[in-house]
Amino acid sequence: MAVDVTGRASRRRPATARPTPVRASWRTRLNRDKVLWLMMAPGIAYFAVFQYAAQLGNVIAFKDYVPFIGINGSAWVGLQNFTTLFHDPAFWHAVANSLELAGLQLVFFFPVPLALALLLHSLTRAWVRKLVVSVVYLPHFISWVIVAGLFVQVLGPDGMVNGLVTGGGHQHLVNVFGDPAMFKPMMIVELIWKDCGWGTIIFLAALYQVDDSLYEAVSLDGAGWGRRHWHVTLPSIRPVIVLLLILRVGDILSVGFDQVMQQRASFGPQASEVIDTYIYYHGVQDGNFSTGAVAGLFKGVVALILVLAANKIAHKLGEQGIYQ
Amino acid sequence: MSGTQQSTVRPAWLGRPHPAVSAAKAVAIAVILLLVAIPFWLIIATSISPDAQVTANGGWSLWPKSIDLHAYADVLNGGVIGHAVLVSATVTLLGTLLSLASTILLAYALSRPNVLGARPVLLAILFTFLFPAGMIPSFLIVTDLKLTDHLASLFLPVMINVFNLVVMRGFFQGIPEELYEAARLDGAGELRTLLRIVLPLSKAVIAVVGLYYAVAYWNDYFRAMLYLNNSSADHLPLSTILRDYLTSTNAQNQTGEALLTNAPQKTIAALIVMGVVPIAAAFPFLQRFFTKGVLTGAVKS
Repeated sequence: MAVDVTGRASRRRPATARPTPVRASWRTRLNRDKVLWLMMAPGIAYFAVFQYAAQLGNVIAFKDYVPFIGINGSAWVGLQNFTTLFHDPAFWHAVANSLELAGLQLVFFFPVPLALALLLHSLTRAWVRKLVVSVVYLPHFISWVIVAGLFVQVLGPDGMVNGLVTGGGHQHLVNVFGDPAMFKPMMIVELIWKDCGWGTIIFLAALYQVDDSLYEAVSLDGAGWGRRHWHVTLPSIRPVIVLLLILRVGDILSVGFDQVMQQRASFGPQASEVIDTYIYYHGVQDGNFSTGAVAGLFKGVVALILVLAANKIAHKLGEQGIYQ
Repeated sequence: MSGTQQSTVRPAWLGRPHPAVSAAKAVAIAVILLLVAIPFWLIIATSISPDAQVTANGGWSLWPKSIDLHAYADVLNGGVIGHAVLVSATVTLLGTLLSLASTILLAYALSRPNVLGARPVLLAILFTFLFPAGMIPSFLIVTDLKLTDHLASLFLPVMINVFNLVVMRGFFQGIPEELYEAARLDGAGELRTLLRIVLPLSKAVIAVVGLYYAVAYWNDYFRAMLYLNNSSADHLPLSTILRDYLTSTNAQNQTGEALLTNAPQKTIAALIVMGVVPIAAAFPFLQRFFTKGVLTGAVKS
């Protein structure tokens, strides 16, 4: 099982599907395909402008970019921006923070949707399952702005939990916001609340594809709950787990920018700085576009290398990965 | 989830569950449902409770003693929020239509076999998934195109999402080739085939991808922070304003409007409810498409 991105399926289609054989001259084929090219035009224009042409803007990583003068007018400075960035402790603090959060998410978030999927899958009453599934999918579609707001209403200094604990008094006994040490745990808790339900969808689909006769066979051999899942469920959904892990590896340096952006006011810029917030506040807000661009390039290149490497390792281990 | 697996019949091999296990499961399910539902309920109850009750509690209420809707009236009469709802609705509507149309056209063309030159195009697009334009390059191109402080800067720079494109293309590829063949024999061109054959069969994936786009546009607060720097508060979308209210502890918000009310948390609760309502309202109608639309497109076994 893999995301089909390579179009192999389409190549296997019978030749009868399209009147003109592949070997026809390119002129004939272009004439045949011109309507399709017209259909692609808006999409291609989008990617050409907002992805490829935009990437050219990264040239300011090697310039002393001044917005007023523009990209072309700004002076070349060689690798000076790289030196500046890599000597900035704030940047390395952001990198370390991102890595730490990614690690915590991997350990404390990643298994939760799988566990929930197993629970949902084990429900034999369809209506209960449908109800629970509908409810737990919803938070995924709520924005981080609102999720963070909900959490402050529940766990903040004037929130519900504090009110219940203090019996409506006006002390602030429970206030997980404001303590920088609580930033990372709260990131995980919020992430679980918002996305663990939606995260089950791909696991559930994989679970439903498991052949029931396999369960039947191991059960007849006397396997209980644990052995059933160890010998049948896990091997069956391993490709999905690998796929999700690879995608996650590519996201290691991104760790939920939208989520972090909502925590800054509560936990302060020091505790809640990750690479993307560094790029926004240091690069865009403070006008250090050139060093910000270097940080963006750094993040992009590292993420690309990580995904390619993870995919390669997956192949070595005999998995399909995200592409061939 | 999908049709055939809906049976409520307990497979024979599973045996009878231990009562303790069943009880534990029931408790777990109840706790999960409550954990999701309580924050939403809290917000709704707080937004409609009388001021006095909310302030007495310190800023929240789980059960309104009487219904008081003036927070909504305040917020909507305030001007800024009324405009913000309009801005968000416009961006969501325009953006979703534009994104859906361009994604469908591109996905359809890329799903047809042996199109001259389509493969390099596909690979070039997929590469942007692995190495997307970053925040600063995007900011620079939007500035260069003079789109800043223009509504279009909220949707043009994110018009097509590669993941959505791949999902859509995968779905189109799953349509039996015989149908394309039949359409061709009937003399239908590509556009006609797309409109008459492919789209009617693709309602599920269109609903899901449309929902993804719409939710992304409705929830987006950041593009406005990035690109609408010099715009007046009247032109900011709801999410951005909501974020201003929620994250500015000392009333230092971009909109420059202080929250003039006795129970600011009640007002904030009303704002949150307004941010959630469109999504929660659309959700029940779209959710039956999830499994079909998401999985047949993205996942091939």
